[in-house]
Amino acid sequence: MALVMNINCREAVTLIGGFLDGTLARRERRRLEKHVAACDACREYLEQMRAIIAVTGRVGPEDLSDDALEVLMDLYDTYRRDLDESS
Amino acid sequence: MDDLELLESFLAGDREAFAVLVRRYQPVLVQIAKYYVNSTQTAEDVTQDTWIAVLKGAERFEGRASFKTWLFRIVANRARSTGTREKRQIPTDPTDPVAGDRFNSEGMWKEPPVSFGDLLADAEVNATLATTVRAAIAKLPELQRSVVTLRDVEGLSTGEVASVLELSEANVRVILHRARARIREVVEQLAKGGPSWH
Ligand SMILES: [Zn+2]
Repeated sequence: MALVMNINCREAVTLIGGFLDGTLARRERRRLEKHVAACDACREYLEQMRAIIAVTGRVGPEDLSDDALEVLMDLYDTYRRDLDESS
Repeated sequence: MDDLELLESFLAGDREAFAVLVRRYQPVLVQIAKYYVNSTQTAEDVTQDTWIAVLKGAERFEGRASFKTWLFRIVANRARSTGTREKRQIPTDPTDPVAGDRFNSEGMWKEPPVSFGDLLADAEVNATLATTVRAAIAKLPELQRSVVTLRDVEGLSTGEVASVLELSEANVRVILHRARARIREVVEQLAKGGPSWH
């Protein structure tokens, strides 16, 4: 926990969003990098955010109920039938 | 099979290929539709129209955009045109994605982030973690849920998310950071062994 390069932890955490997006101005990015290099807590926070993004990318779609699937497969069957009749 | 292979397979008459696409995308289509319309029923109607459009238009899909982006644009356009939703408040303030009470008056952590410890060590196989993240997403305010689902779960670019949800890219970034910060907090609770979060 530290006050480095004139930003405190609360400000560092706010900048981390832009840092992860790659949208921070160079000056802000350097401020954040210096802060994080000196501050264990904010470094931990940044690593956790990276981990969260990675895990979120692997959760996959929610489950779909059989009923919901059936309704949509009916659409498919109708489409095939129409195709067959028109050919 | 990837999306394009599935598309070609169902065009060739493979029913199961269509089912795979439906399972993969119907939940997120409902979510996008709900972002624009008031009722779940209307949202589901919109997604049905969307799949019909896919069946009828798939042959003309040229693969310039990804299938996913094409699909999300169709559902967003259709949901938008039903126009049953009042304008929402979009937060634009990027400050304080983390609860203010985590910091003291000098802006230092009062209580630093709790280590995730072993939770992440085997994240690939950690079903608890995946379940927790999913539950955390489900509980987010709708705007955050839509943004984080499209950006981090589905992997769209910031620009694509902005286009599908009719937000500015700056808004997408702010909302995304809040959503990610909230998910982090929920996982932190799990790491603490604190009250499980349902
Ligand atoms: Zn710090």
